[in-house]
Amino acid sequence: MQGNVACAEGALAAGCSFFGGYPITPSTEIAEHMALKLPKAGGVFLQMEDEIGSIAAVIGASWTGARAMTATSGPGFSLMMENIGFAAMTETPCVIVNVQRGGPSTGQPTMSGQADMLQCRFGSHGDYSIIALSPESVQEMYELSVMAFNLADRFRVPVFLMADEIIGHLRERIEIPDSVQRVERRPLNQGDLPFHPGEDLVPGFPRFGSGFKVHVTGLTHDERGYPCTTNPKVHEELVKRLVEKVESKRHEIADYRVTNPDAERVFVTYGSPSRSVEQVIHDNPGEEIGHLRFRVVWPFPEDALREFKDAKAFFVPEQNLGQIAREIERHTSVPVIRLPRFGGSLHTPEELTSALGAFK
Amino acid sequence: MRADRLPHIFCSGCGNGTVLNCTLNAVDQMGWKKEETVFVSGIGCSSRAPGYILADSLHTTHGRALAFATGIKMAKPELHVVVLTGDGDLAAIGGNHFIHACRRNIDLSVVCMNNMIYGMTGGQVSPTTPRTALSTTTPYGSAEPAFDLCELAIAAGANYVSRWTSFHVKELTRAILAGLRIPGLSFIEALSQCPTNFGKRNKFRQAMDQVEYFKTHGILIEKVQRLREEGKDIPPDAIVLGEMIRRNRPAMGVRK
Amino acid sequence: MRHEVRFSGFGGQGIILSAVILGRAAVMYDGIYAVQTQVYGPEARGGASMSSVIIDEAPILYPKVKDPDILVMMSQEGFEKYGVSAREDAVMIIDSSLVQSRPRCRYLEIPATTEAKNTLGREIVANIIMLGALVRATGIVREESIEKAILDSVPKGTESLNIKAMKRGMELVPGGKIG
Repeated sequence: MQGNVACAEGALAAGCSFFGGYPITPSTEIAEHMALKLPKAGGVFLQMEDEIGSIAAVIGASWTGARAMTATSGPGFSLMMENIGFAAMTETPCVIVNVQRGGPSTGQPTMSGQADMLQCRFGSHGDYSIIALSPESVQEMYELSVMAFNLADRFRVPVFLMADEIIGHLRERIEIPDSVQRVERRPLNQGDLPFHPGEDLVPGFPRFGSGFKVHVTGLTHDERGYPCTTNPKVHEELVKRLVEKVESKRHEIADYRVTNPDAERVFVTYGSPSRSVEQVIHDNPGEEIGHLRFRVVWPFPEDALREFKDAKAFFVPEQNLGQIAREIERHTSVPVIRLPRFGGSLHTPEELTSALGAFK
Repeated sequence: MRADRLPHIFCSGCGNGTVLNCTLNAVDQMGWKKEETVFVSGIGCSSRAPGYILADSLHTTHGRALAFATGIKMAKPELHVVVLTGDGDLAAIGGNHFIHACRRNIDLSVVCMNNMIYGMTGGQVSPTTPRTALSTTTPYGSAEPAFDLCELAIAAGANYVSRWTSFHVKELTRAILAGLRIPGLSFIEALSQCPTNFGKRNKFRQAMDQVEYFKTHGILIEKVQRLREEGKDIPPDAIVLGEMIRRNRPAMGVRK
Repeated sequence: MRHEVRFSGFGGQGIILSAVILGRAAVMYDGIYAVQTQVYGPEARGGASMSSVIIDEAPILYPKVKDPDILVMMSQEGFEKYGVSAREDAVMIIDSSLVQSRPRCRYLEIPATTEAKNTLGREIVANIIMLGALVRATGIVREESIEKAILDSVPKGTESLNIKAMKRGMELVPGGKIG
């Protein structure tokens, strides 16, 4: 099965009932597969007039209680940014898939990239927090697609599935489980204010049409949901909570894989470059080579770096100039070696092996 | 209405309150349950209106109300969805969503409070500002022709299109009511006076002066058609009013 | 044992589909692993189209083809772009109706397009003839597996034509498996 199709299948298994999208390479197969499958599953597929409309429709659908998603790539992702901030501010659960290609601008539509990793974290204006996942295989396109919906509902945030062209277009073996675990959004309790943070800082969800008569606005709002745009205290409390509800749960959200924790030389990867590192470790059984692979990239699971107590250097192959390497540098005192790869192709095992050798 | 949100932000003399009143009156006459009715808006003076209505409401980003409303209505056709928007929100930044919502003919009712100016940001030119009118960004008079929003909605495929003004309270209410009843996209343009930012720069010294202008310059579509048939001139500053179209194109998101 | 198979030809020959069918046979019917990749974009249309499959008994880590050991070439342009540099111990199946050049590595000439047109009456099944020849010559997947994968993948109503094409491809391999 193709990665993009697996992503759509994961969404369907997770109960996604609304897809709003706009064709863009290399993500289009997700929309095409949803167009094929969603109507038969009783859901709604809409090809909107642009990516701004796509994410808007997804947010609207989510307020009716639907599990809703969109899928895009760089240029469309940029167009979505304002409404992603709206989703963060209004605490609207939604899933946004970005099958990354080479940028900036139109860049390399058919080639792979990972240069939107900071954009997904910081791309909309203002302070907020989000969750971002990164799959390394067709299997994970499926699994993380399911996980994205659960995290979106659990934390009421936009969740990004930050895939890349290599994984999106790869066809490989996948095992589809009979059923998947679902964590649904908690409904608002009768009598609670609609934006009153629960004990875990995440308010209950007052679905439209269920009698709460809730006002939802992108303006700074109080716990009633009413605009309150000039009171510094209300703004501070709201923004801090939007960030804290995710950042304080980074341990719970963290999801990573550790190979050879005693190694001194450690690769840190997410997405398709992980495959090259796995090949290097496989091909060099005598050598102690560590590998930390993030399935969740944001919130950044910095504790994972401490799993490698003897690490003397972190090697970070990325299809960008070092976006996550920069984050790793903030959290460690050992050298972080950036291994950028451009042009849309995958790091070869040979070049990674020689990068290790150069450090010795 | 949400009494705990008063006072509202509309300036004294603003026409938006009147249009909102007409809208709520029409919704009341439909007998729609509050919990099944959702109001959606974008950004601008008009778009603040849903915040005062005691119902589910989504106050979205600039220009995108129709795209958000499309998601709500298509995901849950049982809900009645009313979009409150303005000329800048709908026709400038949101123009693309406007024509596509009309093309899809989604079962939404769109009430556009057209004050022909950007009110909230302090009086800049909008796509419906009349040619030669003054605004803070057209200090020598607007050089650009204005959009006819109703013609646009008709060309794009809306099932129902009507134009009235804040003076024509009964007619406007009836038009909105007709729009709520008709399946598919209903577009009701309501010209609305803006004494603060349009009127004071364009020789309407008081709010009522502009309302009076709506009254004296309004001309019914039927009369316009008759004058045309008779080969007579239509005054260039006439405001064409009435029901522009009512038809039955296939619609989406209609409640079953 | 990791095998890297590269298909090339021109747009419309079913180069991508051939790779998908071969990967499907390996995964679904031989129970082993496969990954399939391809060149996307405007350069893949009209000009030389290319698609690859890696097949292995063990999970495939690095998913890109490094140096294919099996090549299926269905156009001269494809050969020049993707076939000419084939390593010396590779095996190449050539559609001898369309490819003029010959590689340094071992190769097998299959006049697939001519056969498809003249014997089967439909040029479109040339890629399936090539698939049949490939599987007979290399044994990379089992013959019953490729048959099932073809049946899964071709349009309804064309099953018997495609199976005939596959069998014709197998017959065209002199002396069975090579290498």
